[in-house]
Amino acid sequence: MTILSVQNLDVRHGLLQAVRDVSFDLAKGDVLALVGANGAGKTTLLRSLAGAHLPAAGRILLNDQELTLVPSHRRIAMGIALVPEGRRLFSQMTVEENLLLGKTSGRLGDWTIDRVFSAFPNLVPRRHAKTGHLSGGEQQATAIGRALMSNPDILLLDEVSLGLSPLVVDRVYAQLQSLLTSGTTIILVEQDLGRAMGVASRVICMLEGRVVLDSPAKNVTRDQVTKAYFGLHRANTGRAAS
Amino acid sequence: MIDTLIQGILLGGYYAVIACGLSFMFSVMRIINLAHGSLAVAAAYGLWLLASKFGISPFAGLLIVLPAMAAIGWLLQRYLLERSARGGALLPILTTFGLAIVIDNLMFEQFGADTRSLAPFIGSLSYDSWELPGGIYVGKLAVMTMATAIALLGGLQLFLSRFALGRAIRATAEDPDTAGLVGIDARKANALAAAIAMVTVGIAGAFLAMRATFDPYSGGPQLLFAFEAAVIGGAGSLWGTLIGGIVLGLAQSLGAQVHPQGFLIGGHVVFLAVLFARLFLVGTPIIGRIGFTKTGFAKIRAAIRSTP
Repeated sequence: MTILSVQNLDVRHGLLQAVRDVSFDLAKGDVLALVGANGAGKTTLLRSLAGAHLPAAGRILLNDQELTLVPSHRRIAMGIALVPEGRRLFSQMTVEENLLLGKTSGRLGDWTIDRVFSAFPNLVPRRHAKTGHLSGGEQQATAIGRALMSNPDILLLDEVSLGLSPLVVDRVYAQLQSLLTSGTTIILVEQDLGRAMGVASRVICMLEGRVVLDSPAKNVTRDQVTKAYFGLHRANTGRAAS
Repeated sequence: MIDTLIQGILLGGYYAVIACGLSFMFSVMRIINLAHGSLAVAAAYGLWLLASKFGISPFAGLLIVLPAMAAIGWLLQRYLLERSARGGALLPILTTFGLAIVIDNLMFEQFGADTRSLAPFIGSLSYDSWELPGGIYVGKLAVMTMATAIALLGGLQLFLSRFALGRAIRATAEDPDTAGLVGIDARKANALAAAIAMVTVGIAGAFLAMRATFDPYSGGPQLLFAFEAAVIGGAGSLWGTLIGGIVLGLAQSLGAQVHPQGFLIGGHVVFLAVLFARLFLVGTPIIGRIGFTKTGFAKIRAAIRSTP
């Protein structure tokens, strides 16, 4: 059952076209890993799915409902929540206040402050601390918790491991594990290929704004993804080496 | 001496009331509203019209004027400030500067140069006082102003920290883009903040008109005092604004004791001392972060000079 459908999406930053003609369908419960080099358009694609960056062309459908031009604050009420790159917490506000802000859209569901704290126990002692004073791992947990508070149907995770030590990344992923297996539809942008392929049911690799590989995770080897990642799968058009 | 201190503190209450809206608008929307004083005077004229033409007491008149101010704030944000903010940080300042000139001159055209006051409409409140031990008299209106300042600033603080709408306004102030991602309509949050700011401006206008006289060009000096109180207290901090108002009131009262001309100079000296102390000693945490504050200050000076 298709929950999210992206059709021929073009997204621009002024003259720069960051996402070119991207199409894919996502079934309910899928965990999609979006991989690709820096500048491949992953973050821009996620931001346009969340409504923070409106596309120049193409369509986005959620449960067959058109939401291409719906602004971000209404999109979260429709069930798409983004954990933005760099976490983007409200640093002057406490952990609890950040989590409460996640409830603004008023979607009903299971997620409460208490459930977030039991999913991320490392946040409990920091409940009333300003998020600007938290460690990277605690900030990331708060950012994920804030998105979960809106009870999303689709959770977009943008580089959750960015700027965190490997040990902390392990902990964040361990905490995410129950979420990953709970049937929530997730799109995950991750630089660490091994980790991404370990949790995903499907892999899309982007290169220079285009989808160059789209496959169920179990049908694809690390080598194939690496080749797509660097564009080595293409016939040599004379631009690879000069 | 004690009398001077008490009167200075109570005067500070008035400055805190007029600085409240300016400080709130700056902290939440990053807009320095140079039309602040003119809008307060406009609210004062509204109350005066209701009182003199329809016999409505100024306190009842607030029930009409404050919602009108809220509506004005909403419309200002939606149709003027939001649009000008797209043009960069300087444009909203110029816009409100222009707005101040338009409001001042419209009021001049409509009401003429006569000075007005609400004092005749509030009975004995304008001159009544309580006697404190030691033969010190405090004006009832001044005490009321101070109580209003504390209630207003405390209420706003409570609203911002405890209520979902307040949190949404703070989140929008910090990062409008991310506010959208958590489901906050940033435009609505800003328009609501502007409406709240204008309500406080309406209250400030009422106290301006009850404690003294005003004319169409009274807005400039009010803006200056509000600005000084807000900066002394740390622009954008609500409790700081109360402290800033009191410091300004004390400085003016003490200045007046030193020399008959010292009232305004005392205030200006403390304001400038705090400003330079911030710039050179503390490493510009507030003033330096927004480079346009100094420009805004120059504009205020220009506005004051241009008023007859």
